[in-house]
Amino acid sequence: MPDNSRFVPRTVNQSLDSTLDSVDSAEDLAVGMARSAGFGEDDLVKIGMAVRESMVNAVVHGNRYNSNKKVRLSVATVAGRFTVRIADEGEGFEFEHLPNPLSPENIMRTSGRGIFLIRSFVDEFQIRRLEPVGTEVTLVKYMVSK
Amino acid sequence: MSVKLNSRQVGDVSVIDVSGRITLGEGSSTLRDALRELVTKGQKKILLNLGEVSYIDSSGIGELVSAFTTVTNSGGQLKLLNLTKRVKDLLQITKLYTVFDVHESELSAVRSFA
Repeated sequence: MPDNSRFVPRTVNQSLDSTLDSVDSAEDLAVGMARSAGFGEDDLVKIGMAVRESMVNAVVHGNRYNSNKKVRLSVATVAGRFTVRIADEGEGFEFEHLPNPLSPENIMRTSGRGIFLIRSFVDEFQIRRLEPVGTEVTLVKYMVSK
Repeated sequence: MSVKLNSRQVGDVSVIDVSGRITLGEGSSTLRDALRELVTKGQKKILLNLGEVSYIDSSGIGELVSAFTTVTNSGGQLKLLNLTKRVKDLLQITKLYTVFDVHESELSAVRSFA
């Protein structure tokens, strides 16, 4: 767990194009801020992967690489919580009924593990529909022991 | 660093040394193309050396699953060599670790092919 005593609250907001370059830049930003906040290498990898998977969902499945649609990214280190919000402008999906990638019938599927991995790597995960369109995910990694 | 592949032959086993990141886009498609080329050439024994893979995402995991299925369906065998802790952890989290035949020694991996 990071040393919270030297921690300075910080928030960065960005509007990103629906490209794979944006996936890389979002991952780099989040990992850089997490490193500055004092997270160790294992947590940095988990944060990076969770952000990457979320960005891929937003760019590929949400906005479908549409150049007219943006991905909003917010990374905040506030009050002992490292929080990343990622919102797309897509039509959304039935996230309440995602197949379990660990079920025997799904284990050999070539896709469908992204959200499962995100949940595995962060302390809190929320997903919600936006009005009129879009999906927002919120990832939280604790900065102090709870 | 994006993914880099180096193919070599050890007896009748095709070894692919993979390094870098296997992620959505160039990384996973490069691996897919290389494996399909081997299968098309009739290679039945393929060993993926992942010892220098620094990072793999869910798309990369999907590529490994796809490769395993493709090679198996063509009557061949695909095995994994030298998993880094991160890749091993991911395969365990996704319950795929026991699906693959994983080796830590190239010699024993090559010998294990029927």
